[in-house]
This record gives sequence, structure tokens and C-alpha cells, in this order.
Amino acid sequence: MITDFLASGLALSTPILLAALGELLVERAGVLNIGLEGVMLCGAFAAAVAAPSAGGSVAGVAAAALAGLAVALVFGAVVVRLGADQIIVGTAINLLALGGTGALYRAVYGETGTSLVLPTLPRLRVPLLADIPFAGPILFDQHALVFLGLWLVPLLSLFLGRTGLGLRLRSLGDHPRAAASLGLPVQRDRVVVIALAGILAGLAGAALALSSAGTFVEGVTAGRGFVALAVVVFGRWSPWGVLLGSLLFGVASALQFQFQATAIRIPYQVFLMLPYLLTLAALLLPAGVARAPLALGARYERD
Amino acid sequence: MNRALPLLARIAPALLAVATALGLAALVAGFGGRDPGRAVEALLRGSLGSAENVADTIVRAMPLLFTGIAVMLAFRSGIFNIGAEGQFLVGALAAATVATRLGPFPGQALAALIAGVLAGAAWAAVPALFRIRRGVSEVITTILLNFVALYLVSFAVNGPLQEQSRTYPQSDPLPAVAELWRLAPATDDRLHAGIPLALALAVATGALLSRTSLGLRLRAAGLNADAARVAGFPVVRDLALAFALSGAIAGLGGAVELTGVTHRLFEKFSPGYGYTAIAVALLGGLRVPGVVAAALFFAALGAGANLMERSAGVSAVLAVAVQGATLLAVAVMGAPALARWFDRSAEATEPTIPSASSVGATAPPPVPTTEARG
Repeated sequence: MITDFLASGLALSTPILLAALGELLVERAGVLNIGLEGVMLCGAFAAAVAAPSAGGSVAGVAAAALAGLAVALVFGAVVVRLGADQIIVGTAINLLALGGTGALYRAVYGETGTSLVLPTLPRLRVPLLADIPFAGPILFDQHALVFLGLWLVPLLSLFLGRTGLGLRLRSLGDHPRAAASLGLPVQRDRVVVIALAGILAGLAGAALALSSAGTFVEGVTAGRGFVALAVVVFGRWSPWGVLLGSLLFGVASALQFQFQATAIRIPYQVFLMLPYLLTLAALLLPAGVARAPLALGARYERD
Repeated sequence: MNRALPLLARIAPALLAVATALGLAALVAGFGGRDPGRAVEALLRGSLGSAENVADTIVRAMPLLFTGIAVMLAFRSGIFNIGAEGQFLVGALAAATVATRLGPFPGQALAALIAGVLAGAAWAAVPALFRIRRGVSEVITTILLNFVALYLVSFAVNGPLQEQSRTYPQSDPLPAVAELWRLAPATDDRLHAGIPLALALAVATGALLSRTSLGLRLRAAGLNADAARVAGFPVVRDLALAFALSGAIAGLGGAVELTGVTHRLFEKFSPGYGYTAIAVALLGGLRVPGVVAAALFFAALGAGANLMERSAGVSAVLAVAVQGATLLAVAVMGAPALARWFDRSAEATEPTIPSASSVGATAPPPVPTTEARG
């Protein structure tokens, strides 16, 4: 019972974790992509279109990654190359994705109201480890994207903190002018990071559409992209913090389903609201060593 | 430089918006195997085809106008208020509480509107406090509060404000004394007193910004907060006031929509007016006449899209994509890399969109940090 609950909590937190890890990289490089929700939604839509094909869920995942990449490149080109405002372009991407996927979905599948049934991502059981009591089924009997999210946390933590490339990425977000004066191609590097994050956000969309629910509806992301933005702030721009924040959201959503199923009379909206309130509360805590990247959101123009 | 260019630059976003709307409608219709011509025709007829359709468009424009003016005021004051959605919702929630849980008493409609104003202002005070006291950008906090407001409304209509019969997640209908007066009950009973109120508010906000010393200070802080501070302006106090005013206007919009149009509170009370408002404010060039025109344009699009869905089978949600495409076009045209194409002197008189870099600038420096990760 409790293991099922935690396993579903981990699965529910995966789309948020993947999107938030990408956004974490982008923000550490000094760019704020409010359009994360839209990128995720395009990923989910692409997964829904491709998965019923012969390629199945693998094709769905690949299509989602490509869609995320494509949308992120539009964002990157307009924001980094042309120097348009990040918040406005991000908002535009959200509206475009919501309207575009919604209209295309109806155009392709009609508005009969029957929901789309998609092949789901197969669960991978890690031999032996999955048999560990309690932790085994939670951590080692999940679909591939759950594993990807979990592995990325320590990897990105090491990458950002212990490698030269990680330092280079952080310099883009803290002191882009200093980075440029050292000869680093600030704009190109930022576009690369935005593209990588786009792939992760696309995969987050796939994790949503091809998880146990296996369906796509209009606006299926339902604010999870915004949740991921909040999780980055909650996690103080650190991969481990982002993992903690994502799990919090995942468990809160799992609890919500749990409480809807039972007769316990706590309004489920409380659970939905809780993570947002906790993030606000986290912003009130003393920052310690954590802080927002210094040049986050600032327009960078080449001299 | 060619004198025709600035004018062209100014109306180009509007032309582009209309062209995008019609083009996308035809494209999606064609993609789904429907008749593109019919989709375009339905889009136009549904929004402007008859007096009734025009009235529909005007009524639909009101929530966009309130929130659009709220966003305009914030942006010109250097505040990235992405939270008009939440402020609109809590305005409606407060108004619904006053209208269905108190009274009925004379002047209840007015009381509901005042409740909406106060709730919106209070909701905007939270991100103001975060920015002023903690140096936290309002971009994230306003988004967070949008979701809190959304679930608060959901909780209210499933709990304390749910209708007596407890059938649907919605409030009881408002008593007659809590409804806004009709302007022309004989001809079209949808036109409500909130329409002249919105227009008056739009004009007043424009006058506040361009003709009062407070407006000058707000605009100065929006253009360059450091310079405003050096000039001795009470930047922090003005900033708090601008947040509250912006929230109050959006909150009033929610209260007007409730008392003037829906007469009930329900889940999904706002289909994203507060987000569309960003497109409205920017397409309108952050000026009152432009914002009014942009609100009417997006409302016409929404009204037309409904008919298009019924008669040509093209989903009404396409209207949202057009909002996005328009906003993207406006952002691209305002981008520095393109700005040099346009006449500099004409550009200098245009209101400036606050850049995210100036957003945090009026706040005290973020909490002291050590450079531990350098």
C-alpha cells in the first residue's frame, strides 16, 4: 500500500523533475524560460501523435524530444539571437502551444470526446534490486524516464559543481560580460543550453502522455510547467533541491488521488495548493549560500 | 529615414495580428480537411456579423480590458505582473462571497465590486512584499499565486460557497440586487454597467500615468529605477502603490465579470484572461487606446472562434494560438536586433516594456550571499 503510493508519487514527479532539471540549467545560464509549460505540452502532443505508430512508445519519446528541441530553438533564436524579452516570448510560447496543440488535436482526432488511448512506457524491472523489500518496487520497477530523471540529479550536480564546462555554464548566468571577455561565445552557449533543456522538457511531456494514464487531452500539462519553474526556485537552483521539490509535488498529487478515493474529508485543493504555498514559504527562508544566478532574465547584447 | 516607416511599424503588429488570425484559421481548417474559406467567414461573421455579435464581442472584451489595463499599469511602472489571472480570480471570489453569503441588501452590487477591488489589491500586495522586502522577482511569485487563487476558487465552489442544492461545483446565482444594472434592458440585456466603468477606468489610468506626478514617478521608476531613486523619488512606496493599483484593477475585473455577466462563481471562472491580458497590453503598445482596441480584437477573435467551431469544425482554442502568435510577433518587433530598422526618434516616445533586468532593480539587493560556489 505505502510502497504503491510512493512508487506512484515518484512516477508523478518525473515529468516535473525532467522539466525542472532542464530549466535549472537554463536559469543557471542566465535565461528564464516561462514558456516551459508550452514546450512540455508540445512534447506531450508529439508523443501522442507518434506513439500510436509502429514505433510505439519509443517513437513517442523520440518525437517528444524533437518537438521540445524545436520549440526551444524558436525560443532561443528569438530571445538570445534577437534579444527579445524573455518573459514575453515565454508567455507567447505558452499561448501558442496551448492553442496550437489544442486545435491540431481536434483537427486530427476530431471532437468526438472519446479519449485517445496510447501505448504506455514499459516498466523496467531491475533484476535483484527490484526485489529489495520496500525500496525495490519504488526505485527499481519504473519506466525508463523515471530512471533518467533520477540519474540526472547526481550527474548534473557533479557537472555544475565539479567540471570546467559546468563552471563555464554558470559564468553565463552570473557574469555573461566577464565570460564574453574571456572569449566564450555567450549567445551560442546559451542557445545550446536552451536546446538541451528543450529536449528534457519534451521528454517530460512524453513522461506525462505515455505514463500509466496513456492519453492526451487539451492542456494535458495542466500547469506542470509552471510547477517546474517553481520547483527550480524552491530547490534553490540545485539539482538535489529540484529533486526534493519535484518529489514534494509528486507526493502531493499522489496524496490528492488517495484522498479522493477515500472518505477522508480534507479538501483535495489543499494538497494541490500546498506545494505552491511551500515554494512561497521557501522564498522567505534565509538564502544561505544559494541564490538566483546574478544575470537571470537580463537581456545580453553583444558589444 | 523614411517618415512612413514609424507609422508602418506602429500598425504593423495589428495588421499582422489580423492576418495571423485569419491565416491560422484557414490553415488548421485545411489541415483537418475542412473548408478554409468557410472557417474564415465564420470567424468574421461570429464577431462582427450582426448587432448581437458586436454586443457579444464588447461584453467579452471587458475582462480583457480590465486585466489588460492592470498589466499596462504594472509594465509601465517596471513591474512584471504575470498575476492578473490570480488577482482577477480572487476579485471574483471576494465579490461572490459578498454577493451570495451576505444580504441581500441595497447597494450589494457596489459592495461586491469594492470587495473585488480590495481582494485584488491584497493579492498583489504579496508579490510586492516579496520584491520589496526580499528582493524576489514578482515573475515567479505572481505565477505561484495564480495557482493558489485557482485552487481557492475551486475549493470555494466545492465547499463554503457551493450552491444550496450541492449539485454542481458552482455558487448560488446572485440575488438581483447584487447584479450590475443593464444599460439597455429592452434591446440587449447583456450590456452591463461594467462596460462604461471599464472605459472610464482605462481613461483614468491613462491620465494617471501621463498627467499626474505619481504617474511620472511610476514611469520613471519603470524606465530606470536607479535614476528615479537618485532623483529622490519614493521608489519603494510608489512601487507598492503600483502593485496594489494593478491588482485592484484586475480584481475589479473579476467582480464585474461575476456581477455583470456570469452571476455565479464556478470552477474555471477565467479561461486565462490574465495571461491573454499580457498580449492585450503589449499589442496595445502599453497605451490606453491601443489596449482598448487590442481587448476588442481578442474578444472578437473569441466570439468568432465560437461560431467557427460550430459551423466549420475548427476548434475555438485556436484563438489562443493567435494570441500567442501575435504576442511573439510583438516581442520580435520590439527586439533590439530589429529595433534599429525603425526610426529612433519615433521609437523614443514609445512606452518601454520593462526588461527583466530592471525588474529586480528597484528592490534592495538580494539577501546577502557569500560567493561560495564561484
